[in-house]
Amino acid sequence: MSDDRDIKTDEVRELPREEKWPGGRENTANILDEPRELSDPLDDKTANREMFRRSRRGFLVGGAAALIGIFGWRWMPDETKYKLLRGTLEFNEWVSQNLYSPKRLAPEYTQDHVGQIRVNGMEGMSEGFDPADWKLAVTGLNSGQDLFLTMDDVRALPRTEMTTEFKCIEGWSVVLHWAGVRFSDFIERYPPTNYFSDPRDHFQHRHGLSKYVSMSTPDGGYFVGWDMESILHPQTLLAYELNGQPLTLEHGAPLRIASPLKYGIKQIKRIGRIEFTDDRPKDYWGEQGYDWYSGH
Amino acid sequence: MPKQLEKKHPLAIRWMHWLNFPLLAMMIWSGLLIYWANAVYSLKLFGNEFFHFFPVGFYDFLGIPFRLAEGMQLHFFFMWLFVGNGVVYVLYTIFSGEWRALVPVPSSFKRATRVALHDAHVVKELPPQGKYNDAQRIAYTLVILMGVGSVVTGLGIYKPTQLAWLTSLLGGYEWARWEHFWLMIGFVLFFVVHVLQVVVAGWANFRSMITGYDIVEAKASEPPAPNPQGELA
Repeated sequence: MSDDRDIKTDEVRELPREEKWPGGRENTANILDEPRELSDPLDDKTANREMFRRSRRGFLVGGAAALIGIFGWRWMPDETKYKLLRGTLEFNEWVSQNLYSPKRLAPEYTQDHVGQIRVNGMEGMSEGFDPADWKLAVTGLNSGQDLFLTMDDVRALPRTEMTTEFKCIEGWSVVLHWAGVRFSDFIERYPPTNYFSDPRDHFQHRHGLSKYVSMSTPDGGYFVGWDMESILHPQTLLAYELNGQPLTLEHGAPLRIASPLKYGIKQIKRIGRIEFTDDRPKDYWGEQGYDWYSGH
Repeated sequence: MPKQLEKKHPLAIRWMHWLNFPLLAMMIWSGLLIYWANAVYSLKLFGNEFFHFFPVGFYDFLGIPFRLAEGMQLHFFFMWLFVGNGVVYVLYTIFSGEWRALVPVPSSFKRATRVALHDAHVVKELPPQGKYNDAQRIAYTLVILMGVGSVVTGLGIYKPTQLAWLTSLLGGYEWARWEHFWLMIGFVLFFVVHVLQVVVAGWANFRSMITGYDIVEAKASEPPAPNPQGELA
């Protein structure tokens, strides 16, 4: 017997079927024909030596892998980690954009589901704002001219109502009834750069359209960016009524975004400026580590 | 007394098993960072809340508060690795035949009850088993189904408009979040029981999940081993 020879326990053999496991058909292993692999019989010393050799290898490899994992993550520079996680959010969005369809709608609810929404953020809602003086600045239009719209201009567009679930990124949600103008209707009336409407060809319809919409409050204190696909979704509204009442100041009077597609952080209140652009707009919470897209 | 080395766990299963530990841990940890922002679930009995998820001291001790954005970044990064590992595991068990050791049959529930009674020291005899007993088969299959459930409910929360049909199927957005939360609690309970059972089962059992092998007594009834070299006899 040669002590230095490795035993080929990788080449274990299967036992003949009838001897595999005890208990016959009373054993699930036999019912499912579970294979059993055993090495040749070995004396104690050989068996223990072989087991020790395998243990040493297994624990060394496993321990090394664990250390690489723990310290690789620990010592990864914050910048690298941030890029990795940010990059993943972008990748996730790329995946969902490829699977996106504007035809898929969020569920609508009956009136008895409607609740009240709390005021959860006042960023960009500075004091001394008078809705009577409000004008909506629109830039990046096909006409090349900047527009300053009044509420009458907005109300002149087709009115749409919806009862949808508002979702906060914090995790709570509430069903709300909105009235306003579909953003897609707004775009039909005030077409952005390169936009032309051709109902015969769905793809042509969007050709050359700016990629993003940037919106901010009149004081510039709060700002969001939207991707064009989400803003054109039929359930994305420029809302002026909430639960049958004109918007109150703290809920974004005179005009705000309402959409079940994205979290509340994207549904900017008190819009002062709309800009169509090909450069991805800055986003208030996007700059604080949240997903720029935050939705669908 | 002659011994045999018994092959217990294939290399792939061992890697995926151990890899799943940090991945699931990161999913739960980042999930807690997210959950903190709207910590609404509790255990209630007859309308009285007797445990709220989670006590303030728990959050403070672990440094959880005000890390929602970080939690979401981590959750939506590790989800790919967690799902990838799970998918490869399931495919591997199917194509390698390892599923034969892992899934229960209808009569397993009867035997699993006897295993539970044995573990509770009520009965002495264990029912016959293969690599895993029937309680393990049920638990290990269930935990995979829980993983599927976590992915499905997670998707329902993640894309509630594009996957509105799925979210509705789960009972709506809020129910999906509730289900996702309780599945997490289920994983934690599984983990606790699993670790306790491993401690009770002892070193050789634990070692087999690292090395893949265990030492067993060679049975007299077994056929003489072919030994062409005449060595090691």
